[in-house]
Amino acid sequence: MINLELPEKLTQTQQMAQQLASGVFRPISRKYDAIEHCETPEELKPVAQMMAAMPRGGGKKGGSSDSIKNGINMMGILGVEAMCWGDVGLMLSIPGSGLGNAAVMAVGTPEQKEKYGKLYCAMAITEPGAGSDSAAVATTAVAEGDEWVLNGEKIYCTAGQRCDAIVVWATLDKSLGKAAIKSFIVPRDNPGVELVRVEDKMGLRVSDTAALAFNNCRIPKDHILGSAEVGDTEEARKKSFGGVMQTFDNTRPQVAAMALGVARAALEITRDILEKEGVEADYSKQPYNSTALELEVYRLEADLEAARLMTLKAAWMADNGQPNSREASMCKAKAGRMGNDVTLKCVALCGELGYSERTLLEKLARDSKIIDIFEGTQQIQQLIVARHLLGLSSKELK
Amino acid sequence: MSTPLFDLTLTEEQRMTREGMRKLVRDSLFPQSREADDAAKANAQLLNSIAGFGLSLMPMPEALGGVGMPRSPLSNALAVEDLAQGDISHTLAALQPMAAVNALMDFGNEDQQERWLPSMATESFTGAAIALAEPRATFEPSSPATTAQSADGQVVLNGVKSLVPLAAQCEWFVVVAAEKDEVSAFIVPKTAAGLTIESQAYMGLRSAEPATLTLESVVVPEADRLERFDLHRLLGLARIGQCALAVGCCQAVMEYAIPYVNERKAFGEPIAWRQSVAFMVANMAIEIEGMRLMMLRAASRAEQGLDFHKEAYLAQLLCMEKAMEIGTNGIQLFGGAGFVRDYPLEMWYRNLRSIAVLHGSLMV
Repeated sequence: MINLELPEKLTQTQQMAQQLASGVFRPISRKYDAIEHCETPEELKPVAQMMAAMPRGGGKKGGSSDSIKNGINMMGILGVEAMCWGDVGLMLSIPGSGLGNAAVMAVGTPEQKEKYGKLYCAMAITEPGAGSDSAAVATTAVAEGDEWVLNGEKIYCTAGQRCDAIVVWATLDKSLGKAAIKSFIVPRDNPGVELVRVEDKMGLRVSDTAALAFNNCRIPKDHILGSAEVGDTEEARKKSFGGVMQTFDNTRPQVAAMALGVARAALEITRDILEKEGVEADYSKQPYNSTALELEVYRLEADLEAARLMTLKAAWMADNGQPNSREASMCKAKAGRMGNDVTLKCVALCGELGYSERTLLEKLARDSKIIDIFEGTQQIQQLIVARHLLGLSSKELK
Repeated sequence: MSTPLFDLTLTEEQRMTREGMRKLVRDSLFPQSREADDAAKANAQLLNSIAGFGLSLMPMPEALGGVGMPRSPLSNALAVEDLAQGDISHTLAALQPMAAVNALMDFGNEDQQERWLPSMATESFTGAAIALAEPRATFEPSSPATTAQSADGQVVLNGVKSLVPLAAQCEWFVVVAAEKDEVSAFIVPKTAAGLTIESQAYMGLRSAEPATLTLESVVVPEADRLERFDLHRLLGLARIGQCALAVGCCQAVMEYAIPYVNERKAFGEPIAWRQSVAFMVANMAIEIEGMRLMMLRAASRAEQGLDFHKEAYLAQLLCMEKAMEIGTNGIQLFGGAGFVRDYPLEMWYRNLRSIAVLHGSLMV
């Protein structure tokens, strides 16, 4: 039966995360925007302990029974949304919340999950010469005895400075293309891992974004995620890279949820400011009979709500074992651009109060931009959606 | 009792209705929509086929010839979406009686239901409609220019109502009018003295045969006042109906465009291989998904008896703006062919503009 309201067990999760966001994140949001390049904020340590005790999202799909589930993926959406309402950079700085953790939990062996699942795992994909084009990864992994030897350079690695381990994408043989790209778990203090620099950014300042170099970095053979085999047929090769990419079906809705939180925060602040000026925006007049300010608020709210429902749907599909690659990309595309648009418009709607550091609006507008870029840019999401709809391969629709 | 889970699964009954409606869309509704649009005339057979699904009969009490099911705005919205994928005009026209019956079920008393509903209990098309919109920019449903003045157990109505589909075939209308400080609604039979019906040509919705009602000192008995009338509910449920029209038609635009851009070649390869074309299609899918979920959320809240005013309002705003974007991009993808009447794109474009100007007609 169609119902788009959340059940109590999910609203409880939501309320808990919201309390954390307003009690812990919001009060220190501005403070850590000003302190770039710090260690993990002390305030986040108890949060990390609390989260470690909670069930974790990631690759788990719903069971095979026929009954409908509202499970871990949906819970993740609500938790992330609420925490990012507090502060997206702080959420990303919670030890143990890394993208690498999602990968380990999705495709790791029981031993890997046991050893690394509870640590803070970053993910290193991007290179100076490979951004959206993740198949162009040039970092190499060579088997030598019972070790892998990694060489290469990674950039824009979230938590690359503060993490315990890094999931590194590297190729076994560049001439074999995508199929030879594998991911490896590398402890942060492993010899051969060098922190080149930590980036200065427009937003998300509290979250460390690192450039890393791997120079003859040796790790044990069992530190590969998934199989070491490179398929010998085109089909098998496609499948193996597809397997790596599938992690994104679960993480994209979570990233979309970040945009939901940031946008909701901006809209709530904007409504408060506008109410003081007597702007009601109470849905009483027809949209086009409303004032320009009211109409703009309605438009932003509608767009946020559309993105929110799309994100919930993608997560709901994952919870119920339905393939959701298209929906995951659709919600990331919609939420990514919505979050940026909403936060920027809120700054403009509130004038000086929006643009100054008197309120958090300008910060939210700086933070929102990256959400439409990382975990697949707007354009990459559109490519994925278009290929699905049109039945085209990546050779046809480049 | 625990609260229901978030769920997007259709009930068995909704799924079966959907199958039947999609078949009608494929076999006759879409194929015959162009001819009816050219003729600016509704196809009687199509009206009867849609009436055959019995959407007006569902909530009507068994004693009056109906099925006696609880009101279901959600099932109605799903039906509107499915049918609008074939043609907005016929969907709007054929489902006016459903909207009028819903108004009587929600706002009327037993006496009114007994007097006005039995004639609607047929499986062929019998007309009745809600008349709310007025021919005026800045029209605000909460302050209509049409007035109602009551004296001596009678009500006198004066004003002009527009965009009433198939008005010439209607047995009665639910007319919304301003009365002192409130907005009221009255049942007005087509035979009422002082009521004239004049057809009006529009950019689209041509085969819905929209008309203007002029009420000059139309007198109705006090007994035909809808005592439980709730303008907010009428507007909200009609907004959901309009959203469903938009979603269905936009889905048709996208599904029609996909094979075309894959087949149409320019510069030696299908135009779908170009990002500027492919991204337009992707954006259609993305926005339709948002529109549909907004519509469903408002409808499911209405179904559960929760407040749905805000949800329907925002859904309608999103749908009216995004639907037109999709309508115009549909033509753009076809280039000159989209502008030519051999293809349905220009008709969909004209019909989709109506989502922003309809008021209160398709109450689900």
